[in-house]
Amino acid sequence: MNPSAAVTPVLRMTGVSKSFGATRALDGVSFELARGEVHALIGENGAGKSTMMKVLSGAIAPDAGLMEIDGRPYAPAGPGDGLRCGVSMIYQELNLAPHLTVEENIMLGREVHAAGWLDRRAMRDKVREVLELVRHPEISPDVRVDRLSVGAKQLVEIARALINRSRILVMDEPTSSLTQEDSQRLFEIIRGLRGQDVSVIYISHFLEEIQRVADSYTVLRDGRSVGSGTMEGTPLDDIIQLMVGQKFTELFPRVDHEIGGELLRLDCLRGPRMAGPVSLTLSRGEILGIAGLIGSGRTEMLRALFGLDEVEGGTVVVSGETLRGRGPRSRIRRGLGLLSEDRQGEGLAIALPIADNMTLSHLKPYRRHGLLSPARERRAVAEWIGRLKIKAKGPGQKVGDLSGGNQQKVALARLLHQKADVLLLDEPTRGIDVVSKSQIYEWIGGLAREGKAVLFVSSYLPELLGICDRIAVFHRGVLVDARPTEAWDAAGLMAAATVGRAVRETPTEQRNAE
Amino acid sequence: MSRPHRAGVSRALNVFGPFIGLILVIAIFALIPEVQGRFLRGANFKSVATQSVIVALGALGMTLVIIGGGIDLSAASNIALASVITAYAVNAGAPPVVALLLGVLTGGLVGLVNGRLVTSLRLVPFIVTMGMMGIARGAAKWIAGNQKIDAPMTWINDLMAKSPRPSWLLLAPGVWIVILFAVAMAVLLKHTVFGRHIFAVGSSEATARLSGIRTNGVKMAVYAVSGLFCGLSGVMEFSRLTVGDPTVAVGLELDIIAAVVIGGGSLNGGEGSILGTMVGVLIMSFLRNGCTMMGWPNYIQEIIIGAIIIVAVTLDRLRHRTA
Repeated sequence: MNPSAAVTPVLRMTGVSKSFGATRALDGVSFELARGEVHALIGENGAGKSTMMKVLSGAIAPDAGLMEIDGRPYAPAGPGDGLRCGVSMIYQELNLAPHLTVEENIMLGREVHAAGWLDRRAMRDKVREVLELVRHPEISPDVRVDRLSVGAKQLVEIARALINRSRILVMDEPTSSLTQEDSQRLFEIIRGLRGQDVSVIYISHFLEEIQRVADSYTVLRDGRSVGSGTMEGTPLDDIIQLMVGQKFTELFPRVDHEIGGELLRLDCLRGPRMAGPVSLTLSRGEILGIAGLIGSGRTEMLRALFGLDEVEGGTVVVSGETLRGRGPRSRIRRGLGLLSEDRQGEGLAIALPIADNMTLSHLKPYRRHGLLSPARERRAVAEWIGRLKIKAKGPGQKVGDLSGGNQQKVALARLLHQKADVLLLDEPTRGIDVVSKSQIYEWIGGLAREGKAVLFVSSYLPELLGICDRIAVFHRGVLVDARPTEAWDAAGLMAAATVGRAVRETPTEQRNAE
Repeated sequence: MSRPHRAGVSRALNVFGPFIGLILVIAIFALIPEVQGRFLRGANFKSVATQSVIVALGALGMTLVIIGGGIDLSAASNIALASVITAYAVNAGAPPVVALLLGVLTGGLVGLVNGRLVTSLRLVPFIVTMGMMGIARGAAKWIAGNQKIDAPMTWINDLMAKSPRPSWLLLAPGVWIVILFAVAMAVLLKHTVFGRHIFAVGSSEATARLSGIRTNGVKMAVYAVSGLFCGLSGVMEFSRLTVGDPTVAVGLELDIIAAVVIGGGSLNGGEGSILGTMVGVLIMSFLRNGCTMMGWPNYIQEIIIGAIIIVAVTLDRLRHRTA
């Protein structure tokens, strides 16, 4: 590394903290970015990466801590301030105006003009120059941005950042929606930026990618920076260990259950948004965990399996019978039930009462001569509220008024109410409190004991290790491995999810120590 | 303000909001000395009720559509088309019952096409029904040869008579028809699976789909029902005018939508009630009636009704914020 760069970092953050309510998102984070380097920011979902970058861009103000750019104090009042100080963000969802051309987007807010009249010549020159800089002079400045591929759009974003004379470029999961080829080109450009005296903060879950593109790294865990160093000479194992830490094993109520015969089998299931065919089997009384990063294809598989997306190939077999019907309705009839990862948008009709939400998929018991009996419905729902310990005023309360954990219990109750045999649970404990989590674990164990089959998708490794019988891992659309839980540990799962293979033999001491 | 208190206020607004408006409107005119005497008479209330029939029938269907998260801009054109079809049939010598059914079914057909287009083309309901607004109006003018269709008097024309023929009816048969269907639709919305599904689709279509509801089927049915009500409303229009006039009811779809919205329907779907809608219809009818009695010109009525709509929608927003 350049010795002078090590002396005055472009950016220095010291002791930055930020809390949201009772949650400490950032807890005294320190961070240094050298001139012209590509610095990877690594951490699990919820480790604090996005919060840290929001603080850097000025989108949120920290509770405590200092930031310096080029040794001068930096306290942005808003994203506009950050931009003026040379900090540009490139988000996963690109921030381009789709109806405008490449040139109009690149020059947006930076138009060259004389008394309001656009100087098209000057702007064209600048755009050509900057497209040259990102090594893609073949992109036409006159093309509408919505006609470009995702990769090309990203280039336009980078070009815009360069026009803004940005010194610090933050890229948040830039390759998550790119093809391999586009990713390659992006890496080349990133490496090229080093020569432009631009520093890059590179956020990604894909460790191999980071290994190839980054000069140095910082690992965040639970809102703290737990380690940093140069990428060269650091084994991935060490980084993975930093990410998962010495996680205490939480108390997972273990309900004894017996595994019976096969209930669900997927043979080369293909869906419109799935990267490849998926096969798996699930038995009565079994809890099968599915690990993997967000966007690795877990949700897409569930959606095709449940008929929310069209099945494009392969078969779904339930109790030995191949499913022929299409759509969620036929799946529900055959005993499947899906808990959506998007609780507020899809899982529940937020504005409707608890009762309506709970019974929506199975109103038959309350219908007589074509009319619903609200009294009987209310009684049944009240019973479920009691059984699942849902904190609510009553069946008539709006679901939107409940806490996250109680909302989730209502969504789960719907599956129980419709008497689902195969439960497809997509992130069932995301964003809910610890008590509700623990209740949900216990409840899932109880279902397995009753002989139901549970497919448990989660990004939170301890819970997978805590309650599942077997765990399989998704990596970039491919279901990597299904092994008994005893054969996994957190580091092994993390490695399979981020690298796509186990990077080492997984020791068993950790689980046995439990 | 504490949460439960606000929740209480919002619930009160939800339940009584429309009634407060209605009582306010009646009270204001009842207190103005110039019109007091004429306004507060039973005969006047009777005529207000009769004048409300056409909008009320359209609004019954529109309530279902709006709760389901849609909109039907073709309602008024559909009414005109149905009235022309009915007149045409009566004129051609069809028995009144057949003419009436033809009118209603024409409306239903237009609604069915709306529903089909919304679900299969996946177009925004606003666009589909705006297109249908033009198509239905054009078809009405075409069938009527761009003029009014005269028809011999039949019992259909008694439906909207100010003084009903058997006087023990008290109100025009059309008013009773509205009351009958209003009760039926209120029961349908609150006490049937279909009604529950309409609320679910309007509140969150994704959730409805996840729960195995045939969301497209629900939407089709809702537009078809709305069309049938427009058809019936068209028959009433013919009954009132005694001719089939293809240029009748221009812009009436906005009155119909306004009635639903004033009555607590949310254009975002998932909210609304038949009772609220009916109160909304009456608020507008009493306003028109009172303004006319005051001798105020038409434009004053328009301004007042416009203001009422904005106030009602503001209340709608307030309710959503407290919810």
